[in-house]
Amino acid sequence: MGLLSDIREDLKFFGGFKLTFEHLTRPRVTRQYPEEKKPKQPRQHGRHVLSRYEDGMEKCIGCELCAGVCPADCIYVRGLDNPPDHPVSPGERYGYVYEINYLRCIHCDLCVEACPTEAITESKLFEFSFTNRADAIYTKAELLVGSDGRPQKLPWEDWRDGDDLHTSGWMRATAPNGSAAYEGEVQWSGELGYGVRPPEGGQSGRRDDAATGTLALREVLEAHLLDEDIPLAHRGMRGRLWRAQLSAARNRRKMAQARERFKDLRAARTRDRREPRQVRP
Amino acid sequence: MTGPTHDDVSGVRRAPRASVAETSEGAQELATRTRTPPAELRREAGAVLRIPEGGVVDTGDIDLERPTDETMIINMGPQHPSTHGVLRLMLELDGETVLRTKPVIGYLHTGMEKTAEELTYVQGGTNVTRMDYLSPLSNELVFSMATEALLGVELPPRSTWIRMLMAELQRISSHLMWMATNGMDLGSTSMMIYGFREREMILAFFEKTTGLRMNHNYIRPGGVAADLPDGWEDDVDVICETILRRTYEYDELLTGQPIFRERMEGVGSISAEEAIALSVTGPILRSTGVPWDLRRSMPYLEYDKLDFDVIVGTFGDNFDRYAIRLNEIRESIKLVRQIAERMPPGDYRVQDRKVTPPPRARIDESMEALIHHFKIFTEGFRVPEGEVYVAIESPRGEIGCYLVSDGTSKPYRLHIRGPSFVNLQAVPALLRGGLIADAVAIISSVDPVMGEVDR
Repeated sequence: MGLLSDIREDLKFFGGFKLTFEHLTRPRVTRQYPEEKKPKQPRQHGRHVLSRYEDGMEKCIGCELCAGVCPADCIYVRGLDNPPDHPVSPGERYGYVYEINYLRCIHCDLCVEACPTEAITESKLFEFSFTNRADAIYTKAELLVGSDGRPQKLPWEDWRDGDDLHTSGWMRATAPNGSAAYEGEVQWSGELGYGVRPPEGGQSGRRDDAATGTLALREVLEAHLLDEDIPLAHRGMRGRLWRAQLSAARNRRKMAQARERFKDLRAARTRDRREPRQVRP
Repeated sequence: MTGPTHDDVSGVRRAPRASVAETSEGAQELATRTRTPPAELRREAGAVLRIPEGGVVDTGDIDLERPTDETMIINMGPQHPSTHGVLRLMLELDGETVLRTKPVIGYLHTGMEKTAEELTYVQGGTNVTRMDYLSPLSNELVFSMATEALLGVELPPRSTWIRMLMAELQRISSHLMWMATNGMDLGSTSMMIYGFREREMILAFFEKTTGLRMNHNYIRPGGVAADLPDGWEDDVDVICETILRRTYEYDELLTGQPIFRERMEGVGSISAEEAIALSVTGPILRSTGVPWDLRRSMPYLEYDKLDFDVIVGTFGDNFDRYAIRLNEIRESIKLVRQIAERMPPGDYRVQDRKVTPPPRARIDESMEALIHHFKIFTEGFRVPEGEVYVAIESPRGEIGCYLVSDGTSKPYRLHIRGPSFVNLQAVPALLRGGLIADAVAIISSVDPVMGEVDR
């Protein structure tokens, strides 16, 4: 009896092997990172943008509140009186200089909470890197949204579809500042190109996930769930096949994109031969 | 600097300062036996200062007479992958047996306590949250509670319950991270991957709630920054459901494993007396059988209204610490479910305009609201003069915040009693007499976070 129980005890490590092998039939939780990314939630903190009103006027009034609250001292703002004949912002003053140093910024978004005109908000882009320190200092020219209201996409930033949608969620989430009565209320002005963004429902009960872009964890982390929580078609070996099809489609798409890019490149090269390219000063 | 220097005020020539490598407590390095006085040797060999000599620690087995050439001092870290950051250990070995250990710290010192004196209470959260980077919400919570104790504000109930929800999720994520790294330190890469996989669910929920995966600045003096996101009930439900089931998989993978138990059982044991004398808290103290959990012993927030067990061990060894952390994940899931069920409606930040900025809609309507908004985001709020010590149970033990205010809007002094820092003092006692191969497992079971040790 003693021997038997000893053997049973020693065989327990097979349980670990069983578990590891079981994982062959489970969906893969990792992603092909740079090609495929996890969807982002609306409250995500990212690279800032300076937004405009729907009539194209700038929202920044140069009050320097963002610079004052910044714990990392990364914002530099100077205001100037609006020129009377062609005003830049609707108020008396506008942000003449606006710089954010991304070598210092910690993305705490206190500036977004502090801005009284919702001028400084954040996009959901956080993957940007520089090859020199000067590029890390974003000036107003880079931060301000374009004439269509879309954020500027700089060469070293990895923008994906949807990164500019449902942004500035943190500003809207913190807008009630703890008061339940103000939840679900619009407390901000419209934005050029996007209009007035909808509030989160919160305790008001007026919840609209499609409008706010809020994603349930069940959708975002489907592969992490227990087997019975995963839709049948995405489960087990069938799920493997489904995912293989997805990745094949993705590869086809990538190849097509690469072909397009190659075509562009070839066109650019032939152009080069005709006229010398402009060198950036 | 070499050569004599001038004193700016008196113009008197002075000799250059002595070597800067030594602090007032002497060099931090472990010296050879011939260069170490016997009292110091006894202390380093594992005897504890506050235990009367010969009392608990048996000094008989400390061989003070061993000649230097029989032992070897080796350096482990600060770049060693298994020292959980930049911990440096100097070990004196006799063959494979560890005789003395000296943890050398300070490689991650960034002066955060000093920085805290330069930041207002509004900004302070962004600083303290970076100390214990594996459970940032505990840091924010203790800092906010200390500030509120000085302010004397009454919190709305929802903010307290949101804080508890987030703190318990944080405990799960921190313990999962520990399970993962501990598995890796013992060579179980499966556990490493599974631990990170489950932790991802909680981090995704934090990302949805606070916009960031770590260093959230979500718990603020006066409440929490934002309400829980739409659909949080379902998210919390799916987190609890999934992680609870997965903890039983860990049981299969590790708890019953003969190989795992061989490496964990009886390794790095410590007695309750030693642990208390070293001020050790958290799972290490509980592993010795002392039921000391601040959520139960000195209830804060609303923990006295919840039903949970304090997990204790018996032998004070690595395996007990593992079992405690695994079961604390289950207890925390139990707590999260209770909290989610009883989450009260209402305000989630104190509606005192001297502490909390007004709702955004009020800025355009009321001059007073605009003034409050500007005051809070530039000058911050003033905190009455006084000093306070507040302690809570972080995943690693008692995290305390000692806060002194001189009546301005910035702390006069902020000190964090980091559980990792204090628990690290137990490492020489845990390692003494053990094998060098177990050192990695023991360091791992202490679960130090160097950001909190050095601050």
